[in-house]
Parts: sequence; structure tokens; C-alpha cells
Amino acid sequence: MRFMMIVIPRGYETAAPNTVPDAQSVARMMEYNKSLQKAGVLLALDGLLPPSTGARVTYTDGKPTVTDGPFVEAKEVIGGYWIIQVHSREEAIEWARRAPMSNHEIIEVRQIFEMADFPADAQKAAEGFDDLKNATASKS
Amino acid sequence: MTDIHKTIEAVWKIESTRLIAGIARVTRDIGIAEELAQDALIAALERWPDEGIPDKPAAWLMTAAKRRALDGLRRGKMLELKHGEIARELEFQQQRLADAMDHALDQVIDDDVLRLIFTACHPVLPVEGRVALTLRLACGLTTAEIARAFLVPEKTLGQRIFRAKKTLAEAHVPFETPRGDELRQRVESVLSVVYLIFNEGYTATSGDEWMRAELCNEALRLGRMLAQLLQDEPEIHALLALMELQASRTAARRGLSGEAVLLPDQDRSLWDHTQIERGVAALHRAQQLGGGAHSYALQAAISACHARANTAADTDWERIVLLYDALLQVRPSPIVALNRAVAVGMAPGPEYGPAAGLHALDALAAEPALTNYHLFPSVRGDLLLKLGRYAEAREEFQRAIAMTENRREHELLSKKLLQAKYL
Repeated sequence: MRFMMIVIPRGYETAAPNTVPDAQSVARMMEYNKSLQKAGVLLALDGLLPPSTGARVTYTDGKPTVTDGPFVEAKEVIGGYWIIQVHSREEAIEWARRAPMSNHEIIEVRQIFEMADFPADAQKAAEGFDDLKNATASKS
Repeated sequence: MTDIHKTIEAVWKIESTRLIAGIARVTRDIGIAEELAQDALIAALERWPDEGIPDKPAAWLMTAAKRRALDGLRRGKMLELKHGEIARELEFQQQRLADAMDHALDQVIDDDVLRLIFTACHPVLPVEGRVALTLRLACGLTTAEIARAFLVPEKTLGQRIFRAKKTLAEAHVPFETPRGDELRQRVESVLSVVYLIFNEGYTATSGDEWMRAELCNEALRLGRMLAQLLQDEPEIHALLALMELQASRTAARRGLSGEAVLLPDQDRSLWDHTQIERGVAALHRAQQLGGGAHSYALQAAISACHARANTAADTDWERIVLLYDALLQVRPSPIVALNRAVAVGMAPGPEYGPAAGLHALDALAAEPALTNYHLFPSVRGDLLLKLGRYAEAREEFQRAIAMTENRREHELLSKKLLQAKYL
């Protein structure tokens, strides 16, 4: 089973564009990442720049509207993620419990859909999806 | 939805390897270490449902194991030293043991985990013992799970593990990482165990589907662990690459009714492309480390050729032929030669094609390993079909059908026979 552990860092919704984490928390995070890697469970990870550098495209009646960050109405924003392969939902949660987070920070643990989880008609409809991923992968 | 026993199981899955490895650094015996760790697990199962999961579960488990070790020491020493300076001697030894366990608790070092894996895969053990011990100690699987995966009664599996631990103790196998020349050989032994676990999950056609998938995942997990612990060993990265690339095709290997789908006929959109990327990256790492010409790396490179092709026809068969040539150099085998003949038959160019493939295949006709192997006539039939020699192709398919008892192979071959009839 694959899970995404989504980091929701406190205050990131209003963080300035040039915000970078301090050396100490980077070091603690690196240690945690290493532990995931050494346990053989880590498949991917990324950190995201603050939402103030991003944009939201909102669809209303089929029409997209672009809003530049920061998003004043947002209470929680994503700061990064890990993708892990584990034995059970409980194991994913236990890994999340070991992450070095600060006060009031959140990690949301979500299982990743695998093709086999889809009903047959959805599998059919999603046929081109992996080709897309393939095309992206071969470019990188 | 989150049940405490499942959570304890998950904590065990995460912590047990390092816990056992840390204790073994003190006890120098992985059998005793595992028993102490098991005792700690039992203590957790008794207390955590009421007390909740402790903040530092690993430290809690290590402390529980220490308590059991001290109890054991006290009991053993009481029997051994009936008179005299029992109290003082015992106190001294207890203090030493407690200090050592506390130290082990402070920092389980990566070397301990490596030592654990090397010991579990020690050549003094029979292969089945290595596999069972590795799954139990390095992967945190229960005896019941391992038994389910290998379709043997739990009791048999329990005895297998018991005997393996006894053998290690009797042979006084040291708890250490081999050095120098020995390292290479021992790495090979570890990798063959990992690949065996993978193949048990990947190729077996009977047994519990879910558990077999777990075996593949465990082997991949071990491969990733080892790639971190021994970063400069090219063969580890090569095996990891091979496993990632093979596992990337899992979803495409079975049709809707569970039938086997061979590589050329697979729906490539079902391949896991992020897994392919990881496999290719691991292969690059192996090649950078100078291990590109070894057996696992060559097999991974062949697998990568398939993974890169958008269709079966797009496959770089010429490159595959060259890789098989290299593989035959390092690991000569009639099966590899057979696969090479298939690739020759598929490759374009004047020196390749079905006639050349048939020629390469017929050179293997006297191989004893192939005389009763159904793939030989099956491949021969395919090549003859392409050459328009239909009557001969039919004969080959009939021979192949007579050689296999596997129902799915039967169906596949019957389909080919039918195809040959109408041409």
C-alpha cells in the first residue's frame, strides 16, 4: 500500500515568498527522511515553496479565475509530502507520528489509489493516464 | 477505525529490526535477541491497550527487553553460582548488562542492522532457513505470515526458524559485518535470499494472492534498505533495479480472468512508470559504481529495454541480444541462451530475424536442461510460424502442450496451435 503523508505547516498560508526553513529544522527533517529511507519505505518526497508564490485557479460555472497567492481565506495549506510504501494504514500513521513537527502542525495521511482499486469502467476511462505519466517520466 | 492491536503490529513492523539488532549487539546471539524482543512485544500487547502507545515506543520496547534480560541473567546466575560471592558478582554483571542495553538503546547503529541481515543470511544455514529468518528478523513478519506466504504449516515454519537459530548458535557464527574478500561473497548470499523472496512472490502461481504481493514488497523494502546501508555495492543497486523494473509490470501480468499475459501482449499503460523510473535510476547507480557487467545489472538492463519501449515492436531487440551475449559470458545458462534466441528472432537487421533465431535455438537442442522444457518447442513454433512453415509450427505447439501441466500455459499454447491451423 502506498500512502501520501501531506505536511500542513502552521503559518505557511501567510508566509512571505522568501521564507525558508531554519537550519535546525532542516537537520531534524533530514534525519527523519533518512530513517524512512533506511527502513526501505520511502518512495518520493518534496517540499513546496510558500503559497504566496503560487496561484489558485478557481472554476465557477466552467470558467477559470486565477488568484495569485497568498490565499487570504485559506486556513491550511500544503507544505510538502512524502510517499511511502507500507504494510498497513496503521504503519503509515505510525510513521507520521515519528515526524519532527512543530506545535499545531499537521500531517494528513492519505492512501494512494492504485489502478487495482478502481472499478473496471473507471480503469477503462483512465487508460491513457499512465501513458501521460510515462511521457512526463521519459522527459525528465 | 484505528485498532490498538493493528497499531502495535505497525509499531513492531517499524521498530523490530532495529530493536533486535540493538539487543544482538549486546547478546551477540540473534536467537536470544529475538526472544527478548518478542518478550518486549508481549509486554506491549499487555500494557499498551490500557496505557496507550508510549511517546517513544522504541525506547519502551528496549527497556522492557532489558528488564527481561536482567531477569534471565539473575535466574541463570542463581543456578550457576550457588554459593560464595553470588551477590557481588551478580550485581556487577547486572550493571554491565544494563549499561550495555542502555547504550544499545541510545543509538542502534546502521551496522547493527547490517550485521543482523548478514547473520540471518549466513551460508552455514540452509537456504530456506535464511529466507525464513530474514523475513522474521529483518522484515518483522510473523511466523504465521511467512507460513502463509510459503504455503507451509505454521508449525513447520516455526521449527525451521528454531533450527536456524540453533544452527547459528552452535556454529558460533559471530554477529559481525564481514570485511574484505568475504564481504563480496556474503553480499551475494544476502542478495540471493532477497531475490528468492521476490521471486517467490512474483512467479508463484498458487497460494494467497495478497501475501505474495507482500513478499515482493518485502523484497523491495529489503533492497532499498540494503542500498542505503551499503551504498557503494553495485550489485545491491543492480538487484534493486531488477526488482523495481519487474514489479512495475505487476498490474499488467494478469488478464481480467486471472490468465497470464506475456510481456509482448501486456497493456503497457498498466505498467507503473514511477517504479520504472526508480528502477532505471538504481540501474544507473550500479553502472556508475562499475557494476554494469554483472549478472543482476545485465538482467536489469534487459528489463529496462522493455520498460523504455512504448510498444513491443518498438523494443530495442538488438541491444537486448547484446545484453544477453554479455549475460551468457558471466552466467552461462541454457535458459538465458533460449531467451537470447527469442531476441535474435525479434531483432531487425540482416544478421537477425526468425531464421537467425531458429538457427540460434536449434544450436541448443542438445541441452539436457531444455529437452523437457515446454518453452523450447513453444519458441520454436513461434519462429516457424513467422517463417511460414505452418505444419512444423503445429507439431512444435503440440509437443509443447504435451510438456506442460500448467492450465494457463495450456490455454495459451492451444490458442497458438489454433492460429497455426488457419494459416
